[in-house]
Amino acid sequence: MGGLQKKKYERGSATNYITRNKARKKLQLSLADFRRLCILKGIYPHEPKHKKKVNKGSTAPRTFYLFKDIRFLLHEPIVRKFREYKVFVRKLRKAYGKAEWTGVERLRDNKPGYKLDHIIKERYPTFIDALRDIDDALSMCFLFSTFARTGKCHVQTITLCRRLTVEWMNYVVTSRSLRKVFLSIKGIYYQAEVLGQLITWLVPYQFAHDHPTDVDYRVMATFTEMYTTLFGFINFRLYQTLNLVYPPKLDSKAESELKAEHEEDYAMDSESYLEKLSALSASLARVVATAEEEENQLDLFPTEGEDQENMQAREKEQKEQEAQKRLFEGLKFFLNREVPRESLAFILRCFGAEVSWDKSLCIGGTYEVTDETITHQIVDRPDMDKQYINRYYIQPQWVFDSVNAQMRLPVEDYFLGTTLPPHLSPFVEEKDGDYVPPEKLKLMALQRGEKPVQEEEDEEEEDEEEEEEDDEEEDDVDDEELTEEKNLKKMEGTRAQGKTLAVKVTPGKVKPWETGSVGNKVRLEQEEKAEEKRLAIMMMKKKEKYLYDKIMFGKKRTTREVNKLTAKRKAHEDASKSQKKQKKAKKQ
Amino acid sequence: PLFIPLAQSDMKDYKHLDIRNTVGNVPMEWYQDYPHIGYNLDGKKIFKPIRNKDELDEFLDKMENPDYWRTVHDKTTASDIRLTDEQVDLVHRLQKGQFGDVNFNEYEPSVDFFTNEVMIHPVTNRPQDKRSFIPSLIEKEKVSKLVHAIKMGWIKPRKPKETTPQYYDLWAKEDPNAILGRHKMHVPAPKMRLPGHEESYNPPPEYLLTEEERLVWEQQDAEDRKLPFLPQKHSCLRAVPAFSRFIHERFERCLDLYLCPRQRKMRVNVNPEDLIPKLPKPKDLQPFPTTMSLVYRGHTSLVRSISASPTGQWLVSGSDDFTVRFWEVNTGRCMKTLEVGGAVKSVAWNPNPAVCLVAVCFERTVLLLNPSLGDRLVVSSTDQLITAYEPPEEDKEQAVTWALSEGLEHNMGHRLTLTHPKAVKQVVWHGKGDYLSSVMPDNSSNLQVLIHQVSKRRTQNPFRKNKGLVQCVSFHPLRPYFFVATQRYVRVYNLIKQELTKKLMTNCKWISSMAIHPGGDNLICGSYDCRLAWFDLDLSTKPYKMLRHHKKALRGVAYHRNYPLFASGADDGSVIVCHGMVYNDLLQNPLIVPVKVLKGHQITHDLGVLDVTFHPTQPWVFSSGADTTIRLFT
Repeated sequence: MGGLQKKKYERGSATNYITRNKARKKLQLSLADFRRLCILKGIYPHEPKHKKKVNKGSTAPRTFYLFKDIRFLLHEPIVRKFREYKVFVRKLRKAYGKAEWTGVERLRDNKPGYKLDHIIKERYPTFIDALRDIDDALSMCFLFSTFARTGKCHVQTITLCRRLTVEWMNYVVTSRSLRKVFLSIKGIYYQAEVLGQLITWLVPYQFAHDHPTDVDYRVMATFTEMYTTLFGFINFRLYQTLNLVYPPKLDSKAESELKAEHEEDYAMDSESYLEKLSALSASLARVVATAEEEENQLDLFPTEGEDQENMQAREKEQKEQEAQKRLFEGLKFFLNREVPRESLAFILRCFGAEVSWDKSLCIGGTYEVTDETITHQIVDRPDMDKQYINRYYIQPQWVFDSVNAQMRLPVEDYFLGTTLPPHLSPFVEEKDGDYVPPEKLKLMALQRGEKPVQEEEDEEEEDEEEEEEDDEEEDDVDDEELTEEKNLKKMEGTRAQGKTLAVKVTPGKVKPWETGSVGNKVRLEQEEKAEEKRLAIMMMKKKEKYLYDKIMFGKKRTTREVNKLTAKRKAHEDASKSQKKQKKAKKQ
Repeated sequence: PLFIPLAQSDMKDYKHLDIRNTVGNVPMEWYQDYPHIGYNLDGKKIFKPIRNKDELDEFLDKMENPDYWRTVHDKTTASDIRLTDEQVDLVHRLQKGQFGDVNFNEYEPSVDFFTNEVMIHPVTNRPQDKRSFIPSLIEKEKVSKLVHAIKMGWIKPRKPKETTPQYYDLWAKEDPNAILGRHKMHVPAPKMRLPGHEESYNPPPEYLLTEEERLVWEQQDAEDRKLPFLPQKHSCLRAVPAFSRFIHERFERCLDLYLCPRQRKMRVNVNPEDLIPKLPKPKDLQPFPTTMSLVYRGHTSLVRSISASPTGQWLVSGSDDFTVRFWEVNTGRCMKTLEVGGAVKSVAWNPNPAVCLVAVCFERTVLLLNPSLGDRLVVSSTDQLITAYEPPEEDKEQAVTWALSEGLEHNMGHRLTLTHPKAVKQVVWHGKGDYLSSVMPDNSSNLQVLIHQVSKRRTQNPFRKNKGLVQCVSFHPLRPYFFVATQRYVRVYNLIKQELTKKLMTNCKWISSMAIHPGGDNLICGSYDCRLAWFDLDLSTKPYKMLRHHKKALRGVAYHRNYPLFASGADDGSVIVCHGMVYNDLLQNPLIVPVKVLKGHQITHDLGVLDVTFHPTQPWVFSSGADTTIRLFT
């Protein structure tokens, strides 16, 4: 009794959320501006737990934002700048209409702009936070830097993106933090470990884009605006950590080396510096000139037990990493003109190799093809006319595979004109029960230091060996199959057996497995256990049963997929083998 | 006063001009008391007329003078003036609102002074102002102010704007404990999925799609596809084309980042083994039937019902092939076959060990048989019991006709025949063996359940009202309770007080069978919707436990008389034996554990096991099936 009547939707979750349109009205912004603000501030919609309650009883599909988020946007200084910009556009339009050209010029000069520094600082209070979120920024900037200078967005944005990506690549080269690379059909994936954070980015292949019409470039441009700001600050900080000058400058030694005679022919003075930087062939200038980076050794502390084991593992890892960093050290590469220069130069330089290319290809090549000290020449064409004896002619995939394998792979598989072995993704980490392609198994064996299977011998022998291998692999796969799956299969088997047995039983006969050899006893025990489990599953609660069924379904699906892949592989191998045989027969 | 300009040509009025009054525009009342009313131009007095016109004069004048209408009295000269024709005409024109001048043309053509055409000569010939030749002082002041400001360095020339952004160490003073400015619920954006082997430009052959898979992929909607792209193999890096959806994918990622609601999903990381409940091992709950040891063959159609003798030596079965067979349990031998006149719906062996009687029902008849098996003394005493009946003095009208069998039928074993008004579905004995109940399912009458007393050959209809289609009935083993199962409920009646004690909600759609624990406190109900409900009669009217062990409709359920076992048979051809321990301690819940799934019956016409019953003393279970066999599991 008594008290005011409670009204519906005036407390609780209904007041915690606000629809997009209401939020927009509250901020007095147009939809485009609201969108921009959300992108810049990193505000995203929330899915309420009880949508109907929040939606005031209606079930219409709506986007909801947290009310607190919108209140937080209310006192954002950029909102005012948006309004100023709106006014500016109006004035400009008016001036145009009246043909007041001086007015237009004056307005243009005083165009209101805004800075995103405070937003970056607010969104990423610490440097590591920012670094963790840089994946998308990298991919976006790399994409924008490949855009043509006309059309889709401002030229300044494109040049800025290009500049930032070049700075980033130079940083990665200098810090030697590249870990994995992958040639996919979409582009080239790179993974670097910067200050303990794994950062992955995707770079498209160097082609002109045909711009799709159903993409809103304004949204992308807004993202890029935010990302370039973030990216620039991160680059600055990263250069600082390595004692490098920012914006990057070439080493004085390198600069003099790179001084070409007809530099002016190549590019404008303002652009040639960036081009030289992007050539990635020279080292960068440092704030404090140090001789060589001293190896940072792990300090050794006396430890016990588990700690010691951990420590040893860490030490080992460290050693491996160091070894990987020096993967190509001492090698001299020459890139032919048909291979993707930038990505290969980037990767090779990251692992300490010397790289050069044809002078007409790009600025910054340091030596010629004729150099006798070149150890590897990377070629992507079926044949070469003039070949030097003292160097390997290899296909670009060798570089990528070697980086992923953390070792120099045997070059024989990658020679000119040979069929390349499959290129595997280094990002896949197989768990128990997942499918492992045989190439990966071979690679793992190679990494463990086992000798690769001798090839190029008598073909028949090879065939036999391959068969053996196949068997082994199958065994491996079998071993790795889930024990669960095994049990299930066994259960099925027993069930089937039970059935047949039951049908066969006639009174007075002694059951065959009661006489009991050891194997039978074991089987009997297993059967019993399986039955026990089945009965226990029957007694499960409905909810748990549902969950259990779901888990088992998932497991079964993975095994099914694995089986499918193995079967496909086997079919393929059989086909190729028979083809080989046919060829041989024809030859004879 | 009205000034009327006079035409100069009007010589007659010339005289009048001379006598114009010169006093001016003053009120004439001022001259009221004087003989004159003013002065003329010469300064002579103008005298008033000697005699003022009175009303009569006025009237006469009006009547006689034809010019009266154009005569106007002039107050200043006190004389009457006759207006000329021109003057009258002028008055008329003014009254009409026309111009006074007859010759004035009001519609003269207009001449535009200022035209839109640019003329070569100025319109005005005004000489220019002086100020246009003298420099402006105000402007001079303004300019000098600017010059002064520039001299003092207050104004600088406009610099070109810096377009390249300036970067600096943003995190120079970073606070490691700083929390995000807002967001109690901030969820950082998840990273992009890393590519697998299938995305490689040169994947292992097993990752490439076969022709059929590719067709399926192409026909699927973009959302349904497992892979958003087609895996492709290129022989060398040179041959790899640009990925056409690159910008799309990046754009979609952007949309995801700012449009997707983010939510933390707790992934259940449960070991499925942990979900399986820990039950006592079936091994520890022995004895229970585990293997099929005997199959009783002989029937040629599905066996509807079986019942074991109280000694456990014999088994009776009724089948759709119009026969009742008696089997020896231990050997599986068919001891006797009796042909009856219809498909046997139900058989029930009298639970009293001192009586050897079997109730068999088919069509509208319930037959009481003496199979003459076992102890001869018991057999003969049973016959005596039946013949010892003395008909009462007054014959009561009964719903059922009792008939004693004689002759050939008597030799075959028939003893009593109860002919019912409707088809009988089930017969059930009371634990003492004297009472017998039969069920005639019928939705429209109250005559569905009858209780017969064999010794007195009496029949009662316990219910006055129809409470739904009766499925089966049962007697309480110890107390005078009677259980009636309709489609969805089980009603418990007290036979002595003749009232309803309880109504159990089974939560099933259609009850098929029912069994009562020998202790009398628990009840199980099988239903056609694959469930088995266990009721604790002391606890609640809702089931204590629902078991969904069978895949298909349950047909029969049974409790063991001594062991804590119950069994259920279903259309999926299996008999599931469960351990159902009931404790004397009322605080302890019954322990229900499935211990064995017994299979053996083949499914014919979608029917599997039709009836199950336990051996009265041993932990054995009999089951009869649609495959015409009866099986014994020990």
